[in-house]
Amino acid sequence: MNGKRSLLHDFTKGFIEENATFRMVIGMCPTLAVTTSIVNGFWMGVAVIFVLTFSNVLVSALRKVTPDQIRIPIFVILIATPVVIVELMMKAFLPDMYRILGVFVPLIVVNCIIIARSEAFAYRNPVLNSLLDGLGIGMGYTINLMVIGGIREFLGTGKIVLFSLGSFPAKPLFDPMAVMLSSPGGFITLGLLMAVLNILIKRSEARKSAGQQVCHD
Amino acid sequence: MGEKLLVTSSPHLKGPRTVRGIMLDVILALVPASIASVVLFGVRALVVIAASVISAVASEAIYEKAVKREVTVSDLSAVVTGLLLALTLPPGVRLYVPIVGSAFAIVIAKQIFGGLGTNFVNPALAARAFLMAAWPLQVSSKWIAPLAYDSVSGPTPLAALKSGRGVVPGIWDLLVGTRLGSLGETCIIALLLGAAYLIARDVIDWRLPAGFVGTVFLGAWIFGKSGAYFKGDGLTAVLTGGVILGAFFMATDYVTSPVTPKGRLYMGIGCGIITIIIRYWGIYPEGVTYAILFMNLVTPLIDRFVVPKYYGYAHDAAARRAKIGGR
Repeated sequence: MNGKRSLLHDFTKGFIEENATFRMVIGMCPTLAVTTSIVNGFWMGVAVIFVLTFSNVLVSALRKVTPDQIRIPIFVILIATPVVIVELMMKAFLPDMYRILGVFVPLIVVNCIIIARSEAFAYRNPVLNSLLDGLGIGMGYTINLMVIGGIREFLGTGKIVLFSLGSFPAKPLFDPMAVMLSSPGGFITLGLLMAVLNILIKRSEARKSAGQQVCHD
Repeated sequence: MGEKLLVTSSPHLKGPRTVRGIMLDVILALVPASIASVVLFGVRALVVIAASVISAVASEAIYEKAVKREVTVSDLSAVVTGLLLALTLPPGVRLYVPIVGSAFAIVIAKQIFGGLGTNFVNPALAARAFLMAAWPLQVSSKWIAPLAYDSVSGPTPLAALKSGRGVVPGIWDLLVGTRLGSLGETCIIALLLGAAYLIARDVIDWRLPAGFVGTVFLGAWIFGKSGAYFKGDGLTAVLTGGVILGAFFMATDYVTSPVTPKGRLYMGIGCGIITIIIRYWGIYPEGVTYAILFMNLVTPLIDRFVVPKYYGYAHDAAARRAKIGGR
């Protein structure tokens, strides 16, 4: 890492460059398990944003007093705090959603994204950078979950339910494909989206390097 | 770039056989079964076949155009995929099923993995498995009564065998195809006619279907009757479901079956064992699709372990050492 990182970059890198699902391929359990609709993806993402930002700030604030040898257990304890907060809040205010997300909410405590960001970023960076990193990565992850959830929901049920706004269209447009709501549908959607994103990134990189170098080929 | 210097690996001698020629042979071999399906189930069968084939060819052309690859529609492999998929579907199926299925077969199962020659599973069967998971009702209940051209909701012979309810047709009905079932799997005589043509033209290796059908026969004979071993009806087990269609036309796909004769025999036996396991201990009445798909995945492993003996070499390290030591 050269020089001082810009705060803006710490925030924006979570969307494409270090996209948790499609670039780093971490946090895959909830990605495949709960993305059967946009709404599920959204609330799972919100839970992760909260936990990730909270734990990043805690880990970063305590990084100078955390002994290196036992840092992972300390991370887990620090992460467990916001996870319990999220779990109790969801149980209290969104009981239906908690029933759907089920075990994947408490399991955020061992979600790869959280531990990876603690280890790779928050443990080595100041509090403000870690806060922005948590927000950025978390929001990127939420968008991923919502896109996957939206595709699976549309193909699997023939319509999309947008919170309390109701479903669009009101009746399924076609005979829904049951497979998209089960795990094979999750894997197919994830793989295809990853392929599309890789193509787009490769193209934009090729364009960038073509602009810099005259003869690259 | 390709015009500068052409460096290729062996073989440098090329036979007269082309992909197009082989695919043409397979299509010819499937003609009797296709005609039989039209005779048995009416024009509806022809519509399903046409929808499937047109969708497969169109998907191949559109995808290859879109990613700027050479359009390989003329090698006829897409036609074979579409035709095979149609033959595994019930005749009364809604038309979007073969259309989406063929598109899935070509784009997801074949082209994304690099096109013909680099697909790791049989595209038609991958699509069938996808359709079974996507629209289970369409793929497992839209039967049409043979020669009556009327949709019915009775059990297929295999479902009848499995549940013990309904009538299992006699051997003659099974051979001619006058029973409920998918388009191309019912008329065994037509299938065997095509298979004989393929074997005579040396397009497929007899070992793979022999291992497959033989294992299903033996397995059904041993385990077919609950409560008693060696009392099952092996012949009925072979003639029902998709065993003949799968063994001769799908498992023998060059890309996804082993290259050595011995390996092909092993693949056939493996397919047979999995089919028997799914039929007698699984929840589905038929297991040919999943059996072949599974053995497709194991094919690289078979190829790795079944290595032909090199001419002029001792066949194992110990013998070779003994030979060298003896000198």
